[in-house]
Amino acid sequence: MAGDTLLRVEHLTTVFDMPSGPLRAVDDVGFEIRAGETLGLVGESGSGKSITALSIMRLVQPPGRIAGGRLLFKGRNLMDLGEREMEAVRGAEIALVFQEPMTALNPVFTVGDQIAETLVVHGRATKRQARSEAAELLRRVRIPSPESRVRDYPHQLSGGMRQRVMIAIALACGPSLVIADEPTTALDVTIQAQILDLLREMQSALDLSLLLITHDLGIVAETADRVAVMYAGRIVETGPVRAILRSPQHPYTRGLLASMPSGIPGERLRAIDGSVPILGQLPPGCAFHPRCPDRFDRCVTAPPPDYSVGLQQYAKCYLYDQAAGRGARLDDAHPPVAGR
Amino acid sequence: MALIEVAHLVKHFTRGGGLLRSGTRVIAVDDVSFSIDEGETFGLVGESGSGKTTTGRCMLRLVEPTAGAVRFRSENVLEFSRARMRAARRDMQIVFQDPYSSLNPRMRAGEIVEEPLVVHKMGKRADRRQRVEQLFQLVGLDPTHLERYPHQFSGGQRQRIGLARALALNPSFVILDEPVSALDVSIQAQVINLLMDLQRQLKLTYLFIAHDLRVVEHICSRVAVMYLGRIVEMGSVPALFSAPQHPYTRALLSAIPVLDPDAPRRRIELDPASVDRDAALREIAAGHWAAIEPRS
Repeated sequence: MAGDTLLRVEHLTTVFDMPSGPLRAVDDVGFEIRAGETLGLVGESGSGKSITALSIMRLVQPPGRIAGGRLLFKGRNLMDLGEREMEAVRGAEIALVFQEPMTALNPVFTVGDQIAETLVVHGRATKRQARSEAAELLRRVRIPSPESRVRDYPHQLSGGMRQRVMIAIALACGPSLVIADEPTTALDVTIQAQILDLLREMQSALDLSLLLITHDLGIVAETADRVAVMYAGRIVETGPVRAILRSPQHPYTRGLLASMPSGIPGERLRAIDGSVPILGQLPPGCAFHPRCPDRFDRCVTAPPPDYSVGLQQYAKCYLYDQAAGRGARLDDAHPPVAGR
Repeated sequence: MALIEVAHLVKHFTRGGGLLRSGTRVIAVDDVSFSIDEGETFGLVGESGSGKTTTGRCMLRLVEPTAGAVRFRSENVLEFSRARMRAARRDMQIVFQDPYSSLNPRMRAGEIVEEPLVVHKMGKRADRRQRVEQLFQLVGLDPTHLERYPHQFSGGQRQRIGLARALALNPSFVILDEPVSALDVSIQAQVINLLMDLQRQLKLTYLFIAHDLRVVEHICSRVAVMYLGRIVEMGSVPALFSAPQHPYTRALLSAIPVLDPDAPRRRIELDPASVDRDAALREIAAGHWAAIEPRS
């Protein structure tokens, strides 16, 4: 299933230049996506997951900017490309599907025109060919009666259908990587299931790689091969989906899973204390330490590096520093993780 | 004992009407009946446009229903005068979904929580102040933050402010309209725990309106599923979740993402033709109702 590395992100750092100084929205982030694989990027609001996606596309707008790092896509560093070369990559090789299709689609053009435009801009078809190909793409994303639907305007379609159109646009030029940013968050649960099924189906049919950004661990369980968990701009844990869901090692990942309804009605949930930190008010050291049940002295002073915690599983947490030197632990007991 | 009973509730909206032409009639709530026992959490689930939120608003007459009855402690609140209704609302409160837009940004948190006490002329200023501090503590807010404005609080804290305000008048019945949908997962769990604690402590009765079935399964004892303005299935949470009968309920439950990557996925798609719009709710097992025709 998963083949060679398609995208390798190294030390990506994206900052927002504010009057008070630069805010690190994405802080030294690294991960890779292999051909044909789905990587689930999970995080709560403000974790930096969407800015990571925009950074890969080099679409971060001022006052934001990529301050450092490499984006190795098929062996080339996207950071070295000129704007024109980057435009050729966007849409054609890496496509983006947003959360809210109503705002991403242009209300004054038919959906057929918008798909056709993508094809023409990237030189994939003449205007005439593009019209018929648009209908074909709508058929492929399972929109009923595609020949008449190409003439519809976005407002004439339901939310689920609009998201299918977005996926059709994303697939138009045959990209090898699709980045889907909360593609089902605005949809009802039955429609969400259909869109996730469609994404999975397209992925195996077209041998796509998928970077799926979500806050929902259930969606990750259903879709991803591997998972990266983000907190306050950093990836705190990565690993195969089963390992992350069955034996999460970072206290934040554990806390997230324990926060989910346990399946035992009425039982108190093991919520994570406190709230998600605000960018610009990040605590020193490990940004999770004020909420962490396992913190010890060292966590406050310096952010932890990655430690190997399992087969291809890594966590940024001093709990796993084998070379002793942990300092005083406050609590030795690991909270058990809710299984479901 | 039923605390509140909704009987044959109907709400029509008229859409797109003008001065000279009448608009189209939309049936948002179509003959909905259920009752909620004292101390119970009753879930009302359905997708956007199913009529669940309108049903909740009709019960407090924030929206006037077209027909039906809403009996609170055996009295039909739809027949109450304005003054009587205002008094009744002390006992029936609502918490809205969006903690960002439901709080007045120009009022301090303390004033927001105090407002219902002022409106209902409860106590002197000092008493009210004391009550507000007590409410802050009850919902897990720091009473030293009374003077702060809503934007100075996080989403979860704002939802706690909304809750404190709803509880100010000591209601026995609270409608929770998607109270945790806008919150981050880790914060959702805190608010769910708080809701369960408050219910035990204050003997509250909840109507919990939600689209997240995982949360409903966790917090509710009974649940009704709405589809296109009607209740299509109703029963205890264990019965309905383990043996759903209506095709829509089956599709809805099968669509919930499961946390186990190895769990078999049996997605059931809803075939709208399989829904008999005219089927009446009938009791298929004790306390379990579904709008399906008996198999002949």
